[in-house]
Amino acid sequence: MGHSEEYQKLEGKIFTKSFFILLSVVLLGFYFVGVRYVKGIGAVSNMSDGYPWGIWITYDVATGTAIACGGYAVAILVYIRNRMQYHPMIRSAILTSMFGYGLAGFSVMVDLGRPWNAYNFFIPSKWQANSAMFEVALCVMAYSTVLILEFLPAILTSIEQSKWDRMNAIRNWLHPRFAPDKKTMEDKLEMVRLGALWLKPRLNKVLIFFIVLGITLPTMHQSSLGSLLLIASTKLHPLWHTGFLPLLFLLNCIFIGYSIAILESIISSYSFKRPFEIEELSGLASLIPFVTVIWLSVVIGDLAHRNQIAAALKGDFYSGWFMTEFVLVAGGSLILFVKKCRRSARWLFISASMIVLGGALYRFNVYLIGFNPGQGWKYFPSFAEIMITVGIVALEILGYKVFVALFPVLPNMDLHGAHKKKGHAKKHKGEQSKPLPQSEAAAH
Amino acid sequence: MKKTSRRDFLKLAGATGAGLLACGAGNALANEGLQVNNEELGMLYDATKCVGCKACMSACKRVNHDYGSLSYEKAKFDEDGLWDAPSDLSGSTRTLIKLFKESEQRWSYVKYSCMHCQKPSCVSVCPVSAMTKEKVSGIVDYNKNTCIGCRYCQIACPYNIPKFQWEKAVPQIVKCDLCKSTNLREKGISACAEVCPAGAIKFGKRKDLLDEAHQRLKDAPDKYVQHVYGEHEGGGTNHLYLASMPFNKLGLPEIKPEAPAEFSEKIQHTIYKGFIAPVALYSTLCFIAVKNMKKHESHDDDHKKGDK
Repeated sequence: MGHSEEYQKLEGKIFTKSFFILLSVVLLGFYFVGVRYVKGIGAVSNMSDGYPWGIWITYDVATGTAIACGGYAVAILVYIRNRMQYHPMIRSAILTSMFGYGLAGFSVMVDLGRPWNAYNFFIPSKWQANSAMFEVALCVMAYSTVLILEFLPAILTSIEQSKWDRMNAIRNWLHPRFAPDKKTMEDKLEMVRLGALWLKPRLNKVLIFFIVLGITLPTMHQSSLGSLLLIASTKLHPLWHTGFLPLLFLLNCIFIGYSIAILESIISSYSFKRPFEIEELSGLASLIPFVTVIWLSVVIGDLAHRNQIAAALKGDFYSGWFMTEFVLVAGGSLILFVKKCRRSARWLFISASMIVLGGALYRFNVYLIGFNPGQGWKYFPSFAEIMITVGIVALEILGYKVFVALFPVLPNMDLHGAHKKKGHAKKHKGEQSKPLPQSEAAAH
Repeated sequence: MKKTSRRDFLKLAGATGAGLLACGAGNALANEGLQVNNEELGMLYDATKCVGCKACMSACKRVNHDYGSLSYEKAKFDEDGLWDAPSDLSGSTRTLIKLFKESEQRWSYVKYSCMHCQKPSCVSVCPVSAMTKEKVSGIVDYNKNTCIGCRYCQIACPYNIPKFQWEKAVPQIVKCDLCKSTNLREKGISACAEVCPAGAIKFGKRKDLLDEAHQRLKDAPDKYVQHVYGEHEGGGTNHLYLASMPFNKLGLPEIKPEAPAEFSEKIQHTIYKGFIAPVALYSTLCFIAVKNMKKHESHDDDHKKGDK
């Protein structure tokens, strides 16, 4: 499949001002990570025996991986629902998923008290299939590997086309005594290129099976992230503790995934000064309400079934957070029902932000806000704890910025127009009965 | 062609959804699996007999000091660390006596330590089998050499028993193991029960402890709340309580007879029974994706020809 021309590298400098600002935030975060390993978790965080999971688990793992579900959601759309017109969006979605999951794994290693024992996940006699955590851990590790494989074609393409300018620059910058011989270096780099050339078609042949694995694994572990809290039946507030937690978490990550794909595209168009991809975005946006409506009806139906509607409307602390989460998701979806709003970058941005915030708040409610271990326990993250999370997020943005400059990730603007027309042509054939949207009709 | 794939997708979505929904419905079914084993070892704590001398706390720390990597905890006023003064169970303290005082007349001591559940949540959630329940003795034990420190056991335990050593660079979970490797092995009894001067802690098999507890309730009905805490709580525990005050006032939570671990495992098992659902999902998705891919490729070729 010759999809490589679909994507292009971002022209421009890597070492900009924002690069160094982000870098300093990352370094501050990593300083606190260092403190944590020397002095223990208690030295940097406000976690306690009552609240053993703080924002590292709640944000970086439970919420961060949902936000990293853009790759998952877009892959379902492209490969399962056969909407190839969204294919140009997939690479940047996979890149953010890769960083999101990789860094979730990293923050788990910060959060684990005894990370050197983590090898036990690979020892069958230690496996404990009753534990949702076991399922989540294995799935997340497998999915991170799959994401790297899915992204590999971009790296191989850029190795193939590379003139090795940077490598040569480094060689020239090095003192001649340390620098390798020019001839040997060129030979070796040529070997790397040949290797990439050899690997790429072979990888492309089996890639689809990894892509499908990349759809199966998130389905499993995103629902299991909900199962994690099933056992806390005495601690999690009844507004959120239900047997439907796995289903709710699965649906939740899908609508967060589509919304975040929209946000990502709008933000990167804005900050890299590229035109908005309104056509694709409004198509994505029209899918979101279907998922949110199912999610909202399961939430309401389940509350009614367990006689908790009164608790939801009570107006106390818990009901307030519940209402906020509910109104954000419902409000964002309502906006998306209006066709005009789906075609405006501003409204798309507002509604997608509301849905992401509401969906993320749902996960915070389940993991932290609705979690009450008993009298006398309180939790609010400490400065150092927050800075570690912020540092990890900054590293994610930094990595994204560097990668879109180094590898062909963003949709190719020249080809993009042509691609869109192709999409329209397909629509004409497939859905003749439906009246054309006004703008499309005008365009023809 | 589009219609076919959509139908496939809907079928698939329907099947997955139905599977998950079925598990939700499965919750309503009665408790099926749990068999209570009354031969297991446990303790009966009688709050009306306890005099609050804390000999049990001191003995626990003396005996398990090295083995459990416990340390003494200073009180704020005690700069020199003359007394061990923990204020709660912690990474250094496995058992604790507290006083609950409602008025000058109504007060009660209470002892905290691991309840050694019949169906322990901590064992159910530990991803690497660092928490285990011994088959014969029923002791819920912890192995720091496999523990990864994820603290899921702390989230899961309804009694908030497992404690983590937050202040250490090499931390571990700390909880009572009935002196399994120390006093129980040497003397056949847990240290706290051995030293109690008031006979408030009785060590033995669960069935004997239950008989004894019900006998005491019968002999002095006015003295006690007519309930053996731990007989049915969360599927039953091997550490049992008798008291003269309502148990929730003593910091022992009200827990339904169904073990929380039964509820969560039932759902997890329904989804992952025989690993059939994930494999089925993967193969269905593969089928659809490959089909779509082929269609797309032939479509692409058509376009290329058309362009030329």
